[in-house]
Amino acid sequence: MTDISRRDLLKAGAAVTAVAGTGLMSPEAARAEPVWKGQAEKDATLRVLRWKQFVQGDIDNWMETTKKFTQQTGIPVRVDTESWEDIRPKAAVAANVGAGPDLIIGTLDDPHKFPDKLVDLTDLADYLGAKYGGWYDVCRRYGTRDKRWIALPQGGPGACLNYRISHVKKAGFEEFPTTTADFLKLCQALAKNGTPPGFALGHATGDANAWTHWLVWSHGGKMVDDNNNVVINSPETIAALEYGKQLYETFIPGTLSWQDPSNNKAFLAGEISLTGNGISIYTVAKTSKDEAQLAIAKDMDHAGHWPIGPVGRPTEQHLMLQAYVFKFSKYPGAVKEYLRFMWEKEQYEPWQQASNGYITQPLRAYEDNPIWTADPKNTPFRDVFKGALDNGYSGTLGAASAAVMGDFVLVDMVAEAVTGSRTPKEAVERAAERAKRYYQS
Amino acid sequence: MAVQMQAALGASAKRGRLRLDDSRGVLGFVFMLPAAVLLLLFLTYPLGLGLWLGVTNRSIGGTGHFVGFANFRSLLDDSVFRLVVFNTLFYTVVASAVKFGLGLYLALLLNHRLPFKAILRAVVLLPFVVPTVLSAIAFWWLYDSQFSIISWVLVKLGLIHRYIDFLGEPWNARWSLIAANIWRGIPFVAITLLAGLQTIPPSLYEAATLDGASRWQNFRYVTFPMLTPIIAVVMTFSVLMTFTDFQLVYAITKGGPVNATHLMATLSFQRAITGGQLGEGAAIADAMIPFLLAAILFSYFGLQRRKWQAGGRD
Repeated sequence: MTDISRRDLLKAGAAVTAVAGTGLMSPEAARAEPVWKGQAEKDATLRVLRWKQFVQGDIDNWMETTKKFTQQTGIPVRVDTESWEDIRPKAAVAANVGAGPDLIIGTLDDPHKFPDKLVDLTDLADYLGAKYGGWYDVCRRYGTRDKRWIALPQGGPGACLNYRISHVKKAGFEEFPTTTADFLKLCQALAKNGTPPGFALGHATGDANAWTHWLVWSHGGKMVDDNNNVVINSPETIAALEYGKQLYETFIPGTLSWQDPSNNKAFLAGEISLTGNGISIYTVAKTSKDEAQLAIAKDMDHAGHWPIGPVGRPTEQHLMLQAYVFKFSKYPGAVKEYLRFMWEKEQYEPWQQASNGYITQPLRAYEDNPIWTADPKNTPFRDVFKGALDNGYSGTLGAASAAVMGDFVLVDMVAEAVTGSRTPKEAVERAAERAKRYYQS
Repeated sequence: MAVQMQAALGASAKRGRLRLDDSRGVLGFVFMLPAAVLLLLFLTYPLGLGLWLGVTNRSIGGTGHFVGFANFRSLLDDSVFRLVVFNTLFYTVVASAVKFGLGLYLALLLNHRLPFKAILRAVVLLPFVVPTVLSAIAFWWLYDSQFSIISWVLVKLGLIHRYIDFLGEPWNARWSLIAANIWRGIPFVAITLLAGLQTIPPSLYEAATLDGASRWQNFRYVTFPMLTPIIAVVMTFSVLMTFTDFQLVYAITKGGPVNATHLMATLSFQRAITGGQLGEGAAIADAMIPFLLAAILFSYFGLQRRKWQAGGRD
């Protein structure tokens, strides 16, 4: 302290004044507000392929916001939509052929099938992460490969347990169960009362994957270990399948043939009282003109997290939407500008609201979006990514994890075991066989 | 004069033969060129590419390299693939047999003098003409485990107590899809066979009737032999289309429950596009070729012997 001379003090004071003068000493600056330095190319025009909306408000808002972007930047953007299952082959074609849309907003680990063909989005991801409270862990895992961001997670339609409040109460539960043991008791009571649960076991990309992954992960089973060795053949998986068998006995008949829309239909018709689904069931019931549907909307709610199993922590699988840019695009800078614009709070939050909460955010700051508290029944969807694991768990995402997911290896294994067409031991052995063909090639 | 004309033509033909033959050959080539280009681009090239992909380990977005028959060897060890081959053969054999039987019967019925013949024939053709995906979605509703109208009617009639699980139980699903395929495919067989029936000279029937033939004998010794070339053609098409069926299965069950209704075409799509393994998917598609060739050869050789047609012995 005694070594500081008057000159030093004066210098320091001058520096502080100078800094204060430029306004950088404001409270926001103290947090080091990240600055985006991206530049769009001249005369850029963009082609975007995104997944088809489930809620009309989503696409209406998206198109309006895109128009705003064009007005502000002069970059014309053409947006095409395809059902999200069809984006996968289209992205594959674009990757193989080297031509197509500049930006694709698709699903899950698709970008990990062709990481070398994608533009590095690290600077954009770091900027957004720093500005908006950081990415959820599962989003980071989906977006990055070898510490490089190859895709920008957009968030996703989370799957929560949708249940009928009165039926759950009648089954003897004032609060929705939080452990797998209690969950089984609930399902058994629901079935006994003639208000059974129902979970898809057909090749339903959304619903079947969500609950079967939870089933296996919650008991400690998993497809691969950290080094991508196939370890599905384990006592934990068999324990999960034994539990699943007991669950299946409580289901409404026919779930083996259920596709993604099937549980929506059944729940809205009052045939089942409990299922795993996005917010779509509630949205349809709430906005329906039919008295019976409105009654269901009043009588239903969503559970916070899927029940915790022997592993003692949440282990959920949710659909992740990912935006990725091909290297063959002539205007990567413009695409990044577009992405930055659409992901910024002024655009992202209104879009979430227009989608009626259909999309859960990938960045923590958007947890404050009023849509999540406007209707308390929406709130459980806000937190879905906090308990989520990626579908390559616990190895790395890539062509093998995508192939295993696309071939429904886990779903088929659970379906075979719980319906009794194979013993749990046989089912896991077959699943291991099938998975090894992808992970070892 | 006719002789003179012939001699003159012969002479000029000899003189100009080389040029005429040449230009005829070249002209023929030129006329064939557009069709040949289309065939090469849209048939030969994709087929060749598919065969090539089947011997590589190409994945979507990745480069593959030649692996010989490794894909095929691993498929033979794959229990799902073996199940799918069984599914495809079962589906094709049963559906084609029923389509043939019912289609022939329908054609024979339509061949009679009927009122409103033209309208009836148009109506009969409807299932085949309606886009497959639309009829598939209709069947999806008909077979729904909770909302099926079939189950509802049967329950109301008191014949069953629980809704039938059409698509959730493996064998139910197989039979349901076969039924949908038959509904969709009968018109093609029926209308084609009807056309064939109409080309049989009535004098043959008259002669047979004069000889004292019964209706069954008419059918067995006149109708059926005369129809065999048409049957060969229509059943080849029908078997090929049924074996490679994709839309119906994909729209209704996507191959479930637990791969019980997966056909080779749908499995190939699931592995190649959804799963990203192009080489393996192509190998599954290539594996269809021997079966299809066998079907074509069977109909070509087995059903087209002219002696058998005329009632003689081979």
